[in-house]
Amino acid sequence: MTVIVLMDSSDASKQALALARKFGEPQSVSMDAVQPFAPDALAAILAQAADDMNASAVVAAGTERGNEVMARLAARMGLPLAANCIDAEPGDPTTVTRQRWGGSLLEEARLHSPRPLMTVAPHTVAADSGPPPAEVEVKPVAETDLVVRVVDHVSPSNGGVSLAEAKVIVSGGRGVGSKEGFAIIEELAGLLGAAVGCSRAVTSAGWRPHTDQVGQTGTKVAPEVYIACGISGATQHMAGLKGAKRILAINSDPQAPLMLNADYSVTGDLKEIVPAISAEIRKRR
Amino acid sequence: MKVLVCVKRVPITGGRIVLTDDARAINTQHLGFTISPHEECGVEEAVRLIEANKGESVVLTLGPPEAVEQLRDAMALGIDRAIHLKTDGQEWDAESTAAALIEAIRADETSNGPFDLIFFGNESADSAGFQVGIRVAYALARPCVAGLKKVTLEGSSVRCEQEVEGGRDVYVVPLPAVLTVKEGLNLPRYPSVPGKMRARSKPMAESTPTRPVPRLELVKLAVPAGQGRRAESLGAGSAAAPAVVEMLQKAGVL
Ligand SMILES: Cc1cc2nc3c(=O)[nH]c(=O)nc-3n(C[C@H](O)[C@H](O)[C@H](O)COP(=O)(O)OP(=O)(O)OC[C@H]3O[C@@H](n4cnc5c(N)ncnc54)[C@H](O)[C@@H]3O)c2cc1C
Repeated sequence: MTVIVLMDSSDASKQALALARKFGEPQSVSMDAVQPFAPDALAAILAQAADDMNASAVVAAGTERGNEVMARLAARMGLPLAANCIDAEPGDPTTVTRQRWGGSLLEEARLHSPRPLMTVAPHTVAADSGPPPAEVEVKPVAETDLVVRVVDHVSPSNGGVSLAEAKVIVSGGRGVGSKEGFAIIEELAGLLGAAVGCSRAVTSAGWRPHTDQVGQTGTKVAPEVYIACGISGATQHMAGLKGAKRILAINSDPQAPLMLNADYSVTGDLKEIVPAISAEIRKRR
Repeated sequence: MKVLVCVKRVPITGGRIVLTDDARAINTQHLGFTISPHEECGVEEAVRLIEANKGESVVLTLGPPEAVEQLRDAMALGIDRAIHLKTDGQEWDAESTAAALIEAIRADETSNGPFDLIFFGNESADSAGFQVGIRVAYALARPCVAGLKKVTLEGSSVRCEQEVEGGRDVYVVPLPAVLTVKEGLNLPRYPSVPGKMRARSKPMAESTPTRPVPRLELVKLAVPAGQGRRAESLGAGSAAAPAVVEMLQKAGVL
């Protein structure tokens, strides 16, 4: 049995490959098979390959692109799709465990399909360490599948530390109180060479741009240290923190969920505590 | 022009998700409801497009009787009318949801004319299948661009920006098109009191589709085990600053 895996060079792809091996001998289609990126064309290539090889399943990483292409494949083939699986067992039906709510909830489900289509949630399965699978021979695609394609690329304008890659993040929530209140957050971030993050309460109020938002509908972060100031710790915020090594919570409410789900906590008014930390760092220099 | 936006009612879970006894749903007894932030941006974009270009904006949902609240909320922000596909509260899988929406869109377009743009959230807040908008686009044979942070009308085309590592990819597709959007697309407005008043008398159509047997069949839900973080207190107030700095030094970031 052959299983087809949509792959790029990311770890997420190797994790998807590891899960795919349960469904057969993998053959891959490269995310770069069509340049520039054209998701319908990739779906067409996957569909053709799956039919040609009578594939037992088609698998991709649960990245933005992976989920997008697999949804198009599912629509094209008229099959169900299980997105962001953390585990799957072949059978009739296939059983899957998949993420909901950005990973705050798990769903066990039965996938009734002659050809299971699945994406694998990043960082939930150990990456495959074997040799890369053989690549499927790619045939030309129809013009109609190239209507949706990348025609240009714009680079980010800001030169600051990127949230997704930051080693340290100082993040503020509603407790910061105002746009101006972020001055003390920025000061501490500056001293630490950190990126500034925030909760959705802050972006909704217009205090910070959405590019600073951490969480389910913001950025998922993976810093060495995440300092959460005046953030309560709603599940949707925590969904962005799964990759954080150490979390320090600063909050006036010792029972706030983030205070209980952090590694370190400081109780009290952030308006006193944050400047005091900045002063202490300066003192020691 | 005509613009449609599709939304889904979901609970606002707080710090901890609690499940029903049969573990097949979230216990929503003490929870409020909303739509995904992605969809809020879709609603805002639809309202802005019609403010700028004239025409009609419509909101469509498949959901329980109470989803009327979310439809009225959207109309309070400026959407002109609503279509409610009523369920009995049971969850619908993504494939079945898409099928019901497709049927409703076809019916509405037959009576009222085609939509130039149809907005979806990139993924629903709760089940997050990443596919309903794309399925609808395929069935209607319209181009679909996904995961958008910026949408600009350019005559009979739409320019779309999708956030990717190291910047944004740009797509330009002809209308009519289906767009799935993400939070950050715009900053949604708050409803005004007159807006809420007007929403009460805006038209709302409803029908009751039959739920097909799902091919992605929910068996049960589980709250994943925590990451086992147990907060060590570094103290209270500004007196904790030295302990914080020592922690940062130990972590190797200072
Ligand atoms: C589908 C969906 C998706 C969402 N996506 C996201 C997302 O991506 N990211 C996100 O963050 N949220 C998201 N949310 C919103 C989320 O549910 C919460 O509403 C939000 O995270 C709350 O932000 P907050 O913690 O800043 O505010 P609050 O919950 O109001 O908490 C403020 C905290 O500040 C503390 N505080 C107040 N004053 C002080 C002070 N002076 N000193 C110290 N502490 C103080 C309070 O004790 C409280 O704990 C989403 C919601 C939904 C429904």
